[in-house]
Amino acid sequence: MSVINFLSAGAIPLIIITIIFYGLKEKQKVFDIFLDGAKDGMEIVIGLFPTLLGIFLAIGLLRNSGILDFIINLISPITNLLKIPNQILPLAMLRPISGSASMGIAVDIMEKYGVDSLIGKITSTIMGSTETTFYTIAIYTACVKIKKIRFVLLAALLADLAGMITSVIICQIMA
Amino acid sequence: MLNIIWPIFIIIAIIYAFFTGNIENLSNGIFDSAKSAVELTLTFFGTICLWNGIMEIAKRTSLMKKLTKILQPLINFLFPDLNNNKQAKEEISMNMTANLLGLGNAATPLGLKAMKTMQKENMKKDTLTNAMAMFIVINTASLQIIPTNVIAIRSSLGSQSPSGIILQVWIATIVAAIVGITATKILMKRF
Repeated sequence: MSVINFLSAGAIPLIIITIIFYGLKEKQKVFDIFLDGAKDGMEIVIGLFPTLLGIFLAIGLLRNSGILDFIINLISPITNLLKIPNQILPLAMLRPISGSASMGIAVDIMEKYGVDSLIGKITSTIMGSTETTFYTIAIYTACVKIKKIRFVLLAALLADLAGMITSVIICQIMA
Repeated sequence: MLNIIWPIFIIIAIIYAFFTGNIENLSNGIFDSAKSAVELTLTFFGTICLWNGIMEIAKRTSLMKKLTKILQPLINFLFPDLNNNKQAKEEISMNMTANLLGLGNAATPLGLKAMKTMQKENMKKDTLTNAMAMFIVINTASLQIIPTNVIAIRSSLGSQSPSGIILQVWIATIVAAIVGITATKILMKRF
C-alpha cells in the first residue's frame, strides 16, 4: 500500500521537476514561459465560470426540490443489483453529455457525501477517467462534415461504461 | 444539448417543489448555488493556471517530441490503415501526447487537424474511415497522466489527499481505453 501512496503523492512533484529540468537543459526562460501558460489558464477559468454558474443553479434546484432523490430512489433497484452506489447515478447519466454539467454534479455529490468518502472517491475517479463523449464526437466529425459515424458512439459509450464500472470497483478495493 | 436540458431541469425542479411543499428550501438554495460556483472557480483559478504554466514549459521543450516518439509503436498498432500517411500519424501522436499531458486546449486543435488530414484520403467523404473511428474513440477515452481538473476540485473541497485518486484514475482510464479500442477493432469489421 505504501508504494501506491508514494506513487500518488510523488507523481505530480516528479512530473514538475522533469519538465523544469528539461526546460533548463534546453536553455529556455522557464519562468517567462510559465507566466505565459498561467495567463492562458486564466482565460480558461474565466470562460468556464458562466457555464458553471448556470449548471450549479439547475443542479441546486433539482436537489433542493427533492426530485433528484425521487428519481434516484426510482432507479435504485437496478443499481443495487449492479452494486453501483445510486448517489452517483446523475453523474453517470450526464457525464457523456456535458463536461461542465457533470463537473457541477460531481462537486455537488462530493460536497454532500464528503470528498474523501467512498462515494467522493468514486465520483473523482469517474470524472478523471471519462470524457464528454457526445461533445468530442460532435466536434471531431463536424470539422470534416462527416454525418455517418458508424459504430463510434456505441464503442465510446461502452468505454465510458467500462470506465465507470471500473471506477466503482477499484475504489471499493482500494478504500 | 444544454439549451434543452438546462430549462427542463429548472422547470421540473420548480414545479416539483411547488407540489411537494419544498418551495422554501428550493428558494433558499438559489443563491447558495451562485456562491458555490464562485468558490469553485476561485480554487480552480489557482490550480488550472499553475498546471497550464508548467505544461507550457513541457510544450516548448523536446519533451513533447520524445513522448510522441515513444507512442509510435502504439500508433502503428492502432492505425494500420495509415501506414503511408506520415502526416496524419504525426498529428495523431501529437494529439495523444497533448491529451496525456492534460493539455486539453492544445489537444483539440491538433486532433481536428489530424481529422482533416485523414479526410483527404477518405473515399466516402460523408462516412468515418476505420482510422478516424479509432481516433475519435481514443479521444473520448480521456487518457491523461495527471487528472488536473479532478485534483483541483478535490483540493477546493478540502480533501485530505487531493491527488490520492491518481492510481484509481489510471486504472479506470486504461480499462476504458482497452474496452473502447477492442470494441472499435471488432465493430469496424461489421459496420
